[in-house]
Amino acid sequence: MRYLHWERITSILLILPSAIAIAIFVYGFIGFTGFVSLTKWNKLFPDFSLAGLRNYQGLLANPRFQIDMRNMVVFTVLFLLTSLAIGFLLAVLLDQHVKGENIFRSIFLFPMAISFIVTGIAWRWLLNPGSVEMGSTGVNLLFEKVGLNFLKTGWYTDPKIGIKAVAIAAVWQMSGYVMAMYLAGLRGIPEELREAARVDGANELQILYHVIVPLLRPITLGAVIVLGHIALKIYDLVVAMTGPGIGFSTDVPAYFMWDTTFQANRFAQGASIATILLVMVGILIVPYLTYSLRREAEV
Amino acid sequence: MSKRIICLALALLLSLTLVVSVASAAPLEQEVIYTVKLGDTLWDLAEKYLGSGPAWPAIMAFTNKKNLEDSTFAKITNADLIHPGWKFLIPSAEDAEDFLATYDPSRPELLFPAGAKGQLVVASWWTAGGEAEGLTGLFNIYKAKYPDVVIVNATVAGGAGFVFRPVLKTRLIAGDPPDTFQLHAGLEVEGYDPETYLEPLDDIFASEGLEAVFPPDLLTLLKYKGHYWGVPVNIHRSNILWYDKSIFAEAGLTPPTTWDEFFAVADALKARGVVALAMGTSGGWEAPHVFEDVLAGTCGAEKYKGLWTGAVPWTDGCVAQALENFKRMLTYVNADHPALSWDGGGHYLIDNKGAMMIMGDWTNGWFQAQGYTDYGWAPPPGTKGIFVALSDSFALPKEAPYRDNAIAWVKVCGSKAGQEAFNPKKGSICARTDCDPALFNEYLKSAMADWAVDAIVPSPVHGAAAIESWVTDFKDAIVLFVTSGDVAGTQAALQQACVAAEVCK
Amino acid sequence: MTAKMRSLREGLRVRGGSRLLIYAFLIAFAALYLMPVYVLVVTGMKSFAEVSLYRMWDLPSGLHLDSFKKAWFGGFGFEGISSNFLNSIYLTIPATIVSAMLGSINGYVLSKWKFRGSDLLFTLLLFGMFIPYQSILIPLVQVLYKMGIYGTIPGLIFVHVVYGIPICTLIFRNYYATVPTELIEAAKIDGATIFGIYFRVLFPLSLPGFVVVMIWQFTSIWNDFLFAVTIAQNPNIQPLTVGLNNLAGSYIVEWNVQMAGALMAALPTLLVYIFLGRYFMRGLLAGSLKG
Repeated sequence: MRYLHWERITSILLILPSAIAIAIFVYGFIGFTGFVSLTKWNKLFPDFSLAGLRNYQGLLANPRFQIDMRNMVVFTVLFLLTSLAIGFLLAVLLDQHVKGENIFRSIFLFPMAISFIVTGIAWRWLLNPGSVEMGSTGVNLLFEKVGLNFLKTGWYTDPKIGIKAVAIAAVWQMSGYVMAMYLAGLRGIPEELREAARVDGANELQILYHVIVPLLRPITLGAVIVLGHIALKIYDLVVAMTGPGIGFSTDVPAYFMWDTTFQANRFAQGASIATILLVMVGILIVPYLTYSLRREAEV
Repeated sequence: MSKRIICLALALLLSLTLVVSVASAAPLEQEVIYTVKLGDTLWDLAEKYLGSGPAWPAIMAFTNKKNLEDSTFAKITNADLIHPGWKFLIPSAEDAEDFLATYDPSRPELLFPAGAKGQLVVASWWTAGGEAEGLTGLFNIYKAKYPDVVIVNATVAGGAGFVFRPVLKTRLIAGDPPDTFQLHAGLEVEGYDPETYLEPLDDIFASEGLEAVFPPDLLTLLKYKGHYWGVPVNIHRSNILWYDKSIFAEAGLTPPTTWDEFFAVADALKARGVVALAMGTSGGWEAPHVFEDVLAGTCGAEKYKGLWTGAVPWTDGCVAQALENFKRMLTYVNADHPALSWDGGGHYLIDNKGAMMIMGDWTNGWFQAQGYTDYGWAPPPGTKGIFVALSDSFALPKEAPYRDNAIAWVKVCGSKAGQEAFNPKKGSICARTDCDPALFNEYLKSAMADWAVDAIVPSPVHGAAAIESWVTDFKDAIVLFVTSGDVAGTQAALQQACVAAEVCK
Repeated sequence: MTAKMRSLREGLRVRGGSRLLIYAFLIAFAALYLMPVYVLVVTGMKSFAEVSLYRMWDLPSGLHLDSFKKAWFGGFGFEGISSNFLNSIYLTIPATIVSAMLGSINGYVLSKWKFRGSDLLFTLLLFGMFIPYQSILIPLVQVLYKMGIYGTIPGLIFVHVVYGIPICTLIFRNYYATVPTELIEAAKIDGATIFGIYFRVLFPLSLPGFVVVMIWQFTSIWNDFLFAVTIAQNPNIQPLTVGLNNLAGSYIVEWNVQMAGALMAALPTLLVYIFLGRYFMRGLLAGSLKG
């Protein structure tokens, strides 16, 4: 018994450094940021006198923040739906025992290996519309060359499109991830289920809809969680690709947070934005984590 | 098969790192005099002799210290730039450890010895190109006068100092500032709580006779709470209308001086299929930059100054008129401006596809570098006789470690010799009115002439007219205006920004 | 999969002409995905004379390395990314190794030596993986400054190790969970201690886990921007992502040089991905919390 007790203590000691590190650097810091968001520290030198919820009220009334939130919602929805759709489509296509499956899979997945900064730089020039006087460039030029002139738009220079152009780059980067998840999931569906449905007289599309998609729900959920939290905190891509954009049409809360904290020295306001970001991510992640934890406990 | 190869490779890598670290961990008993060979880096040498790459500051500090007594030893100013043949003094492991225990990377002056008369730590964000050359020019003047002081060039890059400022602020609070630091002249000084952390420079202005050689408008600009806090080294101009000479000549046009003329010229240019006003706004500050010139040109010098001091409210009619003018100007701008930075707009002129551009005087140097010479310049509409200025200055922190050296530096910055050494290289003009025009290029000569007689007003976008948070609010309001075109709403926002900055009621 | 199952998997399969459609779709998508790479490569390889934003899609006249050289070595008024590249190496390799070791030990404890509340601890740890890093930047800068490592590569290494704990622990924990407890039990009966079991039983089996974690961490750290730009203020120590972004944001640098720089910056992680893609995939799957 004493032998076991010593082992128990050692195991706790082994994990203690990490636990302490996370306690301080994650939870402690979150707490401090939350505290700062309630202070008056909006100049270069710290001022920890309390200001209640004034920073949050200021944010909600701030036109730039309002646009940011709208952009974030538009981006998240567009990014999620498109990535899921394309990822699923590609997975279904690749599941068909095609020749060169490995090559195709590598092509769709490689964008995940590169930095958002590289992606941003490449897509900034790809979606640069060019101008009437100088000529088209990027994809507009490509459309011109193949005669699809009607597809030309201003992309991120058009305030009505704005963040949607950034979403295109993001989908390019992450849809391979969704494809990989779905492919693994599809391969894991036992054939008996499909056979059984076939015996019942279902055609392929019905099998897809009634058998396969429901079984892939855990994967869809997982993908929504992972892509969702990436979408909420998207920053690097915006920095490299467009900056805040015309009329802030490509601005996002994470970008505003950095700008207002490290450029305008409004630390309390920056902390408020950060806290809002955290709460949004928390709403997405915490239920999922507790659900996972409970499932673990059952096993 | 591949698994085994990976296994083998990893094992090899791990054992290699083990062997290398063990071998290099042999501690140095005593110091070594080392001659640099091709391919050496400070990091490698530290690895080899002190057992750890990150110990390189010790080598740099000890070599620099030795250089003071024996100039055959190298003086290392840039850790990445060492040359073969240089002589280093590599300290013993014990000495290195003692040094590293007190070393703090945010205080680069620790890498340099104190000269017989101490150090001068100059903190700025001038790291590249003409700026760095100009700074070197100032250093040379200083060194000639004060050879016993070791100058430490403590630069931190990051456009207009946004990385620099938090680091500097932390040092100020800790009571451990550099001897002097760079600052945009004007209200930006407010952010440093000058009454607590900086020394007023009124006596220096008096003893150096600066009040006689700086234009009176500039002196007004420099005062905060009744004192001077920085000595301006250079002056840049924001309000310049650059235009392509051949396009104008072919169209038979002359640079517009009033708003009506501007729109007439713009219409004529548009009819010829040329972009009338080229802009690149991806940096977020370019559109507000153009607007500040429109504001000055619409409201006139006195009202414009009043807007920033609180004497004139932003609800004044001239602001609405300025917004209307700006809105109309935007209809003549190239459609792809959000995708381009300010120089992208410049390319329109270079390629003969655009005719006019409103941008600061750094455009001149850029045009020259691009090999473009077919351009002229004029004040944007309404701003003849107005000089929208931005300036860099150096301040004197209260706890400067070598106060006398810092005071001497600030005096050099304000001197004729110092400003003549700095400005031609940087592409700006002297803050003094008595610099020798022969040292400057054609554009700068004309700027100097204007500087001596124009009404000088501060630029908000470049830190002279307002504190940082107000500048951000101002920029945000204009960025939104570019798409919304909402004059009333933007005017209210601009007034609100002034109130939030505690300047307006 | 038995032969019977394999033949039955014709279920969702389509035959004949429809297969042509499938290939057509796949090839079209592949072209779309490779489009940015095409532009990056082609632009980088053009000589300065033939680079034009308005002829972006034209093939280069030959193989010119001018843009790459300029992006690497720098030009008038700007630094090349060569020093940034080295900084990234100094940053990424130690951080990856330390992260992996830490993750391995944590994963070991949390999978084989569970104690009361260890699952809760794990979940709390995991949350750290999802937080927006903006919510810890302000205090992080302050604390790093007090620790004396703000603005240094070791400081960045420290930050990446700390915030890499969740994902590394996750991957190893899931990986060690697949190791049968009988092996552990057998070792215990033989009298091995907690350390002995690790070194004798688990560590030898850990290679795939290490490869997955190290590839994942290498990619994440190499590609990180936010921590790098906040903590590495001195241009001498800035990693590649920051250097590249400075290049891309500088008005003196031509766009073709930016593209060449981007390509060079992406090369290491791309190579890792191409040659060790299998392990990259496993990291992906592990991180999806399929629990």
